[in-house]
Amino acid sequence: MTLEWIGDAILILVVLPVVVYLLRGVLNAANSVVPSVQEIATAATAGSKDLDATALLLTTQDQVQKTIETAADYGGSLDVILDDAR
Amino acid sequence: MPAAGVVMIAAVVLIVLALVYYLVSTILALQKITNALDEAIAGVTGIIQKSEPVDEVVASINANLDAGVDLLEGLLVKKAGLSDAVGLVEGLYPGAAAEGFRNVPESKDAKAPRISEVYTKGTLTLARLGREAPIAAASPNGPALRNPAYGSLAARGLYPDARQTRPQSMPRSPIIGTDSPVQYEPSESPGTRKRMPGKAAVLEPTPQQAEAQEGPVKSGLAFLRRLKGD
Repeated sequence: MTLEWIGDAILILVVLPVVVYLLRGVLNAANSVVPSVQEIATAATAGSKDLDATALLLTTQDQVQKTIETAADYGGSLDVILDDAR
Repeated sequence: MPAAGVVMIAAVVLIVLALVYYLVSTILALQKITNALDEAIAGVTGIIQKSEPVDEVVASINANLDAGVDLLEGLLVKKAGLSDAVGLVEGLYPGAAAEGFRNVPESKDAKAPRISEVYTKGTLTLARLGREAPIAAASPNGPALRNPAYGSLAARGLYPDARQTRPQSMPRSPIIGTDSPVQYEPSESPGTRKRMPGKAAVLEPTPQQAEAQEGPVKSGLAFLRRLKGD
């Protein structure tokens, strides 16, 4: 009979607090991860939207190519018109 | 049932309730994490897909720009000479002469003339460049030196006074008319131009014609005259 009471006491005074402590730690850790992950998700979504303008790089590529071609044409003409340096 | 058994059952129930509460809370938190990670993965996937062609496009743009730099540097050095080219670039972008041209390694050692200060050879060209010309670097916030309507007059102001006074020192145009200070004799044949000097207005006979007309002696004189003229 005494052993049963001792077992009850251990169960209530030791096991229950330990279980509660450990589970609270796990819950706190999980809750602390949530905002960080949500921020990462928000940043990834915003970054993906920012990259929507990358399609304009194709336009930039064409414009740069045309600009260089025009500059090359002018350079060729200048090469003919102007005398070389002595 | 003994009281100790009842207490044990109550303790076990408490432990189970604690387990249920905390584990369910943890499961809910993990579900939030999973949902957020799904959003993050979707965003990252979008980033990867959208940035995939960037490398190729940027490489192409850089290749074109490199070709443009090579072209312009080469043309500048070829037409202006290495020293003037370095001076011009140094005038436009102070400190750039130290880096030199990319394709001309010896340009780092070239002594850059102070085109941005006094360099008459390029001053007019630089003046026509407008606000970005180094001659405007002294007062970048002031008015532009280049006047679009009278650009040549503005550029003339950059030259020394000796050139400024040249038009004023030229002789004035002659005054003509009846009351002019210098009176010329009236022409004997007004409206008729006399024989113009030069070969174009002289109708000399050919040697064959002269010989046929004037005989061998005069044709010999014509030959000597022609020889002296040559």
